[in-house]
Amino acid sequence: MNQSIKVQKTVTINRAPQELYRCWRNFENLPQFTKHLKSVKVYNDHRSHWITSGVVDRSIEWDADIVEDRENELIRWATVEGGDVSHSGLIEFRPTPNDRGTVVRAVLEYDSPAGAIGDTIAKLFGEAPEQQLGDDLSRFKMLMEAGEIATTEGQPHGAQ
Amino acid sequence: MKAVCWQGTNKVGVETVPDPKIINPRDAIVKITSTAICGSDLHLYDGFNPTMQPGDILGHEFMGEVVDRGSAVKNVEIGDRVVVPFTISCGGCFFCQRDLWSLCDNSNPNAWMAEKLMGHSPSGLFGYSQLTGGYAGGQAEYARVPFADVGLFKIPPELPDEQVLFFTDIFPTGYMAAENCHIQPGDTVAIWGCGPVGQFAIRSAFLLGAERVIAIDRVPERLAMAKAGKAEVLNYEEVEVGEALKEMTGGIGPDSVIDAVGMEAHGMGLAGIYDKVKQAVRLETDRPHVLRQAIVACRKGGTVSVPGVYTGFVDKMPMGAFMNKGLTMKTGQTHVHKYLPKLLEYVQRGEIDPAFVITHHLPLEQAPHAYEIFKHKQDNCIKVVLKPGQAAE
Ligand SMILES: NC(=O)c1ccc[n+]([C@@H]2O[C@H](COP(=O)([O-])OP(=O)(O)OC[C@H]3O[C@@H](n4cnc5c(N)ncnc54)[C@H](O)[C@@H]3O)[C@@H](O)[C@H]2O)c1
Ligand SMILES: [Zn+2]
Ligand SMILES: [Zn+2]
Repeated sequence: MNQSIKVQKTVTINRAPQELYRCWRNFENLPQFTKHLKSVKVYNDHRSHWITSGVVDRSIEWDADIVEDRENELIRWATVEGGDVSHSGLIEFRPTPNDRGTVVRAVLEYDSPAGAIGDTIAKLFGEAPEQQLGDDLSRFKMLMEAGEIATTEGQPHGAQ
Repeated sequence: MKAVCWQGTNKVGVETVPDPKIINPRDAIVKITSTAICGSDLHLYDGFNPTMQPGDILGHEFMGEVVDRGSAVKNVEIGDRVVVPFTISCGGCFFCQRDLWSLCDNSNPNAWMAEKLMGHSPSGLFGYSQLTGGYAGGQAEYARVPFADVGLFKIPPELPDEQVLFFTDIFPTGYMAAENCHIQPGDTVAIWGCGPVGQFAIRSAFLLGAERVIAIDRVPERLAMAKAGKAEVLNYEEVEVGEALKEMTGGIGPDSVIDAVGMEAHGMGLAGIYDKVKQAVRLETDRPHVLRQAIVACRKGGTVSVPGVYTGFVDKMPMGAFMNKGLTMKTGQTHVHKYLPKLLEYVQRGEIDPAFVITHHLPLEQAPHAYEIFKHKQDNCIKVVLKPGQAAE
């Protein structure tokens, strides 16, 4: 069965659109706050290579191209044709009318064939995909507003 | 290091755990010299928060000395003496920048949990369940303090721990509760609960210009301490509180009311039994007995200030009284950072000595005993300060 996932999420970040756009425009920054990405390698101004990580052993890779780029406003990307995964994404930055910074909207779409890869994608994003995207955006917000991502990983605790 | 760990309902233990380390650039490590047990800890001890996990390190009222700091922490030096607000706040978000520190957007790594329950997440808190971040607390020898560059407050050397420890929580909490009442000259403020929070609310209400404070509890030594703070007192086991308040205020009712008890209020009569049963079968998570009484007692157009903690759902709220009397409610975890400079001045000017509330100093090792006497109000216990590193007797 063909697996298809589409999610959208919006968050307001107390920073100027330029600053947020600049961070996002370098896709190599994405794994810092995106749980299911192990790494992104930027080849050139438009093409990059993405490797997933997460709850499953198997990682999936793809090449993506920036298909629309409006400085400080919007970036749209999509996988290069012929790969195993068909994925596209959009991130949009709109200054708020008041002094609250920038409204950031993300839309992600995954379309994958039946079979093992489709199952892996479904496992990675399938459970509460909106929440995953929301959590990723929250971490992006932490990074931009607080300069780091709040965590308790590595702190001590008693016998569990 | 030694740390007080939650081990289940009514069970805490002093365990040996790894020392905390710097994780993020804005972290600092504090070697703790004094740490207290709060009424809020009792809600965890009593098992009212389903997101506690065995092994969680408790404690959110602690101070000490900076022993390590991350690369982004420039405002304190190793060796500085500091108090640590119980709310963890980033300083850079919409809320922090408006002095609403306990509503910080960026300090709760488990925000999704709180969002499910409440729509949005409040700030992270030390030692206060997975729901507010799962941060290791400060009833321990050391603690890691995130966002230390905005979360550490330096203390002048001449002030002893006992006079500044409560800047971490209960003094600003009592103060904010009173400030939320918008006290006008001539006002009467009624305060339910003469625990540590209620005690600081009483004194803060006077600092902010209240004419009269009426304090309500049933524990004799707590009522006596309230009286020493110039409050008039009511024992809710001896009088019908609503009626008594009306009589004492010429029929008008108190101008503002403070619920410094929260979700484990001891209920009287049928409504009290009803709440206990529903809480026991988890139909209701919180017992709002005091809140109901306070709303009905408040004068028309008055303010209901709620520092008492609620985590879930309450039942039988007198919404009709609230609406038709045109009341205002103000509440929240305390915006501790906002109040520290002002409260330090009160102490330096000698207008209040926060040490008045301490009844027990005990070694950290005796935390299990301390929780028991605080919970059951044994040995006249009102506030316990635990001392790490002090030998157990
Ligand atoms: N908003 C915040 O940021 C914040 C911070 C600290 C504490 N708190 C909360 O404040 C509340 C009080 O804390 P505390 O340390 O003083 O706790 P505490 O348990 O020592 O005090 C509670 C007092 O309420 C009294 N009480 C119980 N039922 C009552 C009733 N029906 N009428 C009148 N009094 C009643 C008890 O006898 C006790 O003296 C707790 O809910 C705590 O979680 C909130
Ligand atoms: Zn507290
Ligand atoms: Zn913040």
